Amino acid sequence: MINFMLNGLDVAVEKGTTLLDAASFYGIEIPTLCHDEGLSPYGACRLCLVEIGEPGRSRLVTSCTYPAEEGLLVRTHSQRVVNTRKVIIELYLATCPSSKVIQDLASRYHVTQVRFQQKHDNCILCGLCIRYCKEQMQGKAIGFVNRGVDRRITTPFDRKSEECRFCGGCMYICPACQARCQGPAEKSAVCNACLNLSPPCLDHFGETMCYLDPCVACEQGRQK
Amino acid sequence: MSGLAGNLRIDRKNFDTRNGESLVALLQQVQEKHNYLPEHVLRELACSRGLSLMEMYSVATFYKSFNLQPRGKHNIVACMGTACHVQGGEKVLEELSRMLGIKPGETSRDGEYSLDHVNCLGACALAPLVVVDGDYHGNMTAARVAALIKEKLREHKGQTAEALNQEIGQKAQSGCCCARLLAGEINSV
Amino acid sequence: MDALQTGMRSLPELLNLQQQLKKRREQQQNYLAVCGDTGCTAWGSQNIKGVFQKCLQQKGLDHITGLKFTGCLGLCESGPVVIVFPQGIFYQKVKESDIEEIVEQTLLQGKIVERLLYQDPLSGEKIIYAPEIPFYRKQERILLVNNWEIDPSSIEDYLALGGYSAFGSVLASMDSEYVIGEIKKSRLRGRGGAGFPTWQKWEECSEMAAAQKYIICNADEGDPGAFMDRSLLEGNPHSVLEGLIIGGFAVGATEGIIYVRAEYPTAVQKIRRALIQAHELGLLGENILGSGFSFNVSVSVGAGAFVCGETSALVASVEGRVGEPRQKPPHLAERGYNNCPTVINNVETLANIPSIISKGAEVYRRTGTEKSGGTKIFSLVGKVRNTGLVEVPLGVSLREIIFDIGGGIKGGKAFKAVQTGGPSGGCLPASMLDLPTDFDELKAAGSMMGSGGMIVLDEETCMVDLARYFLKFLNDESCGRCFTCREGLSRMLEMVEAITKGQSSMAEFALLKELAAVVKDSTMCGLGQTGANPVLSTIRYFAEEYRVHIEEGRCPAGVCRDLIQFQINTELCNGCGACRNKCPVEAIEGEAKAPHLIRAALCTKCGICLETCRYNAVIKL
Ligand SMILES: Cc1cc2nc3c(=O)[nH]c(=O)nc-3n(C[C@H](O)[C@H](O)[C@H](O)COP(=O)(O)O)c2cc1C
Ligand code: SF4
Ligand code: SF4
Ligand code: FES
Ligand code: FES
Repeated sequence: MINFMLNGLDVAVEKGTTLLDAASFYGIEIPTLCHDEGLSPYGACRLCLVEIGEPGRSRLVTSCTYPAEEGLLVRTHSQRVVNTRKVIIELYLATCPSSKVIQDLASRYHVTQVRFQQKHDNCILCGLCIRYCKEQMQGKAIGFVNRGVDRRITTPFDRKSEECRFCGGCMYICPACQARCQGPAEKSAVCNACLNLSPPCLDHFGETMCYLDPCVACEQGRQK
Repeated sequence: MSGLAGNLRIDRKNFDTRNGESLVALLQQVQEKHNYLPEHVLRELACSRGLSLMEMYSVATFYKSFNLQPRGKHNIVACMGTACHVQGGEKVLEELSRMLGIKPGETSRDGEYSLDHVNCLGACALAPLVVVDGDYHGNMTAARVAALIKEKLREHKGQTAEALNQEIGQKAQSGCCCARLLAGEINSV
Repeated sequence: MDALQTGMRSLPELLNLQQQLKKRREQQQNYLAVCGDTGCTAWGSQNIKGVFQKCLQQKGLDHITGLKFTGCLGLCESGPVVIVFPQGIFYQKVKESDIEEIVEQTLLQGKIVERLLYQDPLSGEKIIYAPEIPFYRKQERILLVNNWEIDPSSIEDYLALGGYSAFGSVLASMDSEYVIGEIKKSRLRGRGGAGFPTWQKWEECSEMAAAQKYIICNADEGDPGAFMDRSLLEGNPHSVLEGLIIGGFAVGATEGIIYVRAEYPTAVQKIRRALIQAHELGLLGENILGSGFSFNVSVSVGAGAFVCGETSALVASVEGRVGEPRQKPPHLAERGYNNCPTVINNVETLANIPSIISKGAEVYRRTGTEKSGGTKIFSLVGKVRNTGLVEVPLGVSLREIIFDIGGGIKGGKAFKAVQTGGPSGGCLPASMLDLPTDFDELKAAGSMMGSGGMIVLDEETCMVDLARYFLKFLNDESCGRCFTCREGLSRMLEMVEAITKGQSSMAEFALLKELAAVVKDSTMCGLGQTGANPVLSTIRYFAEEYRVHIEEGRCPAGVCRDLIQFQINTELCNGCGACRNKCPVEAIEGEAKAPHLIRAALCTKCGICLETCRYNAVIKL
């Protein structure tokens, strides 16, 4: 067992456990975008940042990829983490506002403005679809090409892949293509409808235990 | 050879790492042979060696020295390193691009020239630097680069001025803008 | 030279060979060192060498005077450089037509060819001997000194100067612990950028229990403006190789890999040659010199990606994968190349090892500072008079390097800033010139030591434009995995571009700073973590310049295109038409002998007219 300090709490987890798993085991919520339990961690979305180390010499690392270390000091909601996280979410809103997942994150973490120039991308390059294809379907039909700002996801030579088995898993897992709800501020870059209505579902019940049926804020938009 | 790790092999001739023919090393060989990475060769390799085509495509597009399109006969490279930048490298590249009528990274339609930029060639004392077919030319300016290209291309073809002019004349007729430029028919494209 | 043909099997054989070669060298004191480094080659030194060869033959001197095609001699600015030994007479800007004269005058009659001497730009005095040139006099050349005396393609030259004796003594009487102890005492810190103590890395790796370990020499040298690693590999490849072998011995590795970037074909060639020679002599391979230590080295050539200088990306690249960094831990000492413990060191770090071992750590650390021992090579480039490679003890101030060694700013302009540390570093203004060149001091000042590029900037450099340049560089070179690195840097680039176009506001400027801090904090590898430095450091020291761009729509340095205009001063223009002929977009009109006019709508602001006009009639506003 590895003993370490999580938000001031002495905790113990098995060796090899990531900080994200440890936090969720102890009931601490950390937002994620590129993480999925069934897939290997990738550390691309940078949302799951936590602060580690002694104050003064601490740094931020992604909890989904960082293994718990003996005696480590971990803070999941320090001011530094919260501020950084908010700017990251704002940047996501400015990049891909059409995603319900991102709009929900914005409401959840009280991001109410977008100061960056508004863009409308439809992929955040989280790589979930690639990992899904590779790890769950044992296919390598899609992958990253190019690097830096030119990075994108495609099939070999941008042609229809011979390896694709049309499982649709990539679409299923994609956080960017979950359509937004048709709430009151449907077209705006930042919806914040949940925030305005302050429905408790997001804060307290997650998605499963929503008692508004149908929920005007979030449920309507989801095509089941 | 004992003492060598699992799949690490060394090419005895030039001591190159061949990590079970690492993909990068393999693609380098293909590029050396064909001067670019032809799609059909990659597909064949994927088949014969059981490599993933996607992985190959990712690697080939990640690294800058791989080309998926054929390169021109003459390679013109402008340095965009810091030392070159602060002494006007960007303007030199722009002028080259304008002269040859192609953007950096492209090859002219007649397959004669490729224009590229790199981030520092390690000869910063000569900044700004332009490399034409492997020869380094230092202290370039936007004004000087035109003369250099004219002179260099003539030299490399090993032709008399007359023959070159003839060729340029033909090219100019066929509409190649850089040839028309060289022939002095136009002074911009 | 029997030993040169067959592999040596024992230490006495090595000592014997060194003695022989040393004696032979002592008999051959006369030689010409022609610089064969990329810089001088571009000035035509290849031909110079050929002509010298012919000329020496003609005069029957080829048995008396040797000819060496060496690595970088330092003063690249004045190439091609030829040094006549044993006197050390320094000739600069030598042309083919000068050669006969050099041979006639200097070699045969012992006279100096005045015209080819180096002239001190400050005093105007002509200087004969290389070590007396201020550029060299103020340096302390430990690593580079041999560049003058070694033909990089000859292992004999290296052996004759005592090369591989450090390795010999390691095999003879030291163990891993002792070697690491010496390195610790020497206070050697990694020269690759971060300045991590080398001994610590080695110790960590040597303590790992594994059947297979690797040591990799990082010759990716991606920082634009830095070329010391290339010069070491091209000028003295065996010193790097010896360091690598000793490192391999210390950490218990059996394999070494040299990862060289694809942009350095000559270095690749030289290092391959060095490997063949070392193998033939029995300095590499199984059971080296009968000691029981086996070590092989191979070369891996990069494929053009800056981020592959980062250690975990480098490993991915050697393994043939996409060069993406990964999250550490696990550290490379635990899980590196082929999942085996691996240690990665910079070229210059390794080149220091032989001299530490042979001199002893005590002597070595007399050079340098309290915390870091030894010298550092800087590539002094940009708007400075003497450009080239400079080797100085760590801790020397920036002022000494730029003004005493570099001779100050070119063309009588004013010094504005110096950029160190490449895309991870920053710009330091004149007020910081007395800062010592030390890993920690530079970092505290918002820059970085980096690999040692030092780009001097004068008043004609726009700091906002420079920040834009580095952001563009990083946009292309980031691997693109982290959202905040990819998207963050690209947004920062857009914002800085808006400033250079005069389309920004102070509110956006504040946002830029905020975003820069977030990018710095939230990315995985060193590229993203330091990627904001060029922006943050220019903001820190040149905030006023940003403000003028934003609020007044002016670029004080006259660089940002959207904020400048070219005009012709009608009083100075005599209508010669030179600019009109040269203008690539035909934006200049005017009758012959009458003042010309630039049509602003067509002008692309390439500046060719300004360069062309001999009457200073073209002005930049
Ligand atoms: C983006 C990035 C690029 C780097 N490029 C280089 C490089 O070109 N050469 C180098 O020696 N180190 C480079 N480094 C530093 C290496 O990661 C590593 O710290 C160094 O090679 C270790 O060697 P040292 O301990 O001898 O300094 C780079 C680091 C980063 C994050
Ligand atoms: S398509 Fe969707 S799942 Fe795939 S990388 Fe983009 S955002 Fe992630
Ligand atoms: S910080 Fe940038 S370069 Fe480094 S891993 Fe992340 S995306 Fe890649
Ligand atoms: S969930 Fe950890 S970086 Fe995306
Ligand atoms: S900056 Fe152009 S060669 Fe280094």
